[in-house]
Amino acid sequence: MKEIFVAAEADIPEGGRKVIAAEGVEVGVFRIDGTLKAWRNECPHQGGPVCQGRVMKGVEERLDDERRSLGIHYKDGSLHVICPWHGYEFDIRTGRHTGLDRIRLSSHPVSVRDGAIYVGIHG
Amino acid sequence: MPQPAPQELPEIGPRTNSLDILAHGRQQAIKRNLQNTFIVDVDSHIGESGHWPEVMKFLENDATREAAFTFGGGTGQGAFLNDMPGLQWQGVHGRIPHAAGLKEPVEGSDLPKPVVLSRRAMDALSLDYQVFFPNGLLFLGMHPVKEMEVELATAYNRWLVEHVLPHEPRMQAMLYLPFNSPAAAEATIKRFLGARGVCGFLVTSTRYQPVHANEYMRVYAMLEEAGVPIGFHAHHNWHNEYTKQLNRFISMHALSFVLSNLVHLTNWVINGMPVRFPKLKTIWIESGLAWVPFLMQRLDHEYLMRRSEAPLLKRLPSEYMREMFYTSQPMEAQNMKLLEGTFEAIDAPNQLLYASDWPHWDFDVPSAIWDLPFLNDQARRNILGLNAARLFNLPVPARYRQMAAE
Repeated sequence: MKEIFVAAEADIPEGGRKVIAAEGVEVGVFRIDGTLKAWRNECPHQGGPVCQGRVMKGVEERLDDERRSLGIHYKDGSLHVICPWHGYEFDIRTGRHTGLDRIRLSSHPVSVRDGAIYVGIHG
Repeated sequence: MPQPAPQELPEIGPRTNSLDILAHGRQQAIKRNLQNTFIVDVDSHIGESGHWPEVMKFLENDATREAAFTFGGGTGQGAFLNDMPGLQWQGVHGRIPHAAGLKEPVEGSDLPKPVVLSRRAMDALSLDYQVFFPNGLLFLGMHPVKEMEVELATAYNRWLVEHVLPHEPRMQAMLYLPFNSPAAAEATIKRFLGARGVCGFLVTSTRYQPVHANEYMRVYAMLEEAGVPIGFHAHHNWHNEYTKQLNRFISMHALSFVLSNLVHLTNWVINGMPVRFPKLKTIWIESGLAWVPFLMQRLDHEYLMRRSEAPLLKRLPSEYMREMFYTSQPMEAQNMKLLEGTFEAIDAPNQLLYASDWPHWDFDVPSAIWDLPFLNDQARRNILGLNAARLFNLPVPARYRQMAAE
């Protein structure tokens, strides 16, 4: 496993991200709940640049006590990244497709040393 | 620290260059050596969207032309169009930025913008040809002013033939037939047949005219005699009595793109059009593929019990359908067994045409075909380009056949 430098730690604030290309690999590093997550910038659908897509809240359909729909609303606390090619939507915390658990982003190990963020890549 | 900063990849937005949006398509093409494969994209929509005022300059009635430039605050944008709101829902409300139309700049080129954008897409996806279709005009068959379909379609066809296609031989088009006026459709064929880059003629499927009506027989005879295909391009329609019940775009889009072609293909087969015009090649465009085996089974099942209602047919409906052409996108690929069965049912190695549908939200890259596990190499090459070459009489450079042989 080789480590590649991504950014200074301060360059990825809470809710932020940085997508980099190095050594023939593209990785998106996101900070959420104070934790860094690194996902390969390749959508499991058709290979689109998923980490370069929009980051936004997910949505939920709310129902009342009688299970009548109250419409679609943003889901508090959620944060998704959405592949700009076709809209495949992934939970940034888990890397899982929000509609089908078994579709997942590939992860990379992240480490922080001396104020710098690194991700591990094979090769 | 400090360390050299790696290359940073920015967020993709509505104004991102196509070459950057499709950079992974380029990487896929290199990884698969697609430069050694002849690829024809039989459904591109880098069309009139965003260039409508330019199209309006080609209106032939000067009263209509002057009136067009009173629309859009005097710009001509959107003039006389009967767009439905559905088109603006395609980008999933900002989640798929390019679906709102390519807004990237093309500075430094004197070429029409669609030519520049087409070249970018072809270069990124390793395409040899793209066949063009309209965007907003896919609704034009529903225009409440019947004559307006003729005027706008003629302007669009002229814009393509005179202003766009001459710049790039890799750009081809199936021209718009103003199908609500059969005489005008015939005139369109007479006028544009043989024009550079015109590889066929198009019926936009969102309309309520039965395709077997006697008024159309001369249109089909002309195309059969000329040896050019007719295409039926699906689109959505949220205003039909059935689709009005659907409250989400996903529902309407999933059904509507299939519904129009289900109706037209059923009429086409049951009324014996393949028997009446045996040499006329038909292409069913942008309905995906899963609907075809469904319809084959339904029609075969009922045909055997109700043969008296389809007396022109000599064979099962599905046998005629196996001889038609289909474009691949949006290819339903969630269940490989079903997809493989569909490919077998439609004789995909000989009848299926790769289509990207770029830049729409559900486009397919060539690797979607290339990577299918059940195709042999010849089938892949046929679907990606050689079937289209045969259908449209497109020249295939000798180097491709040599590479395939090697």
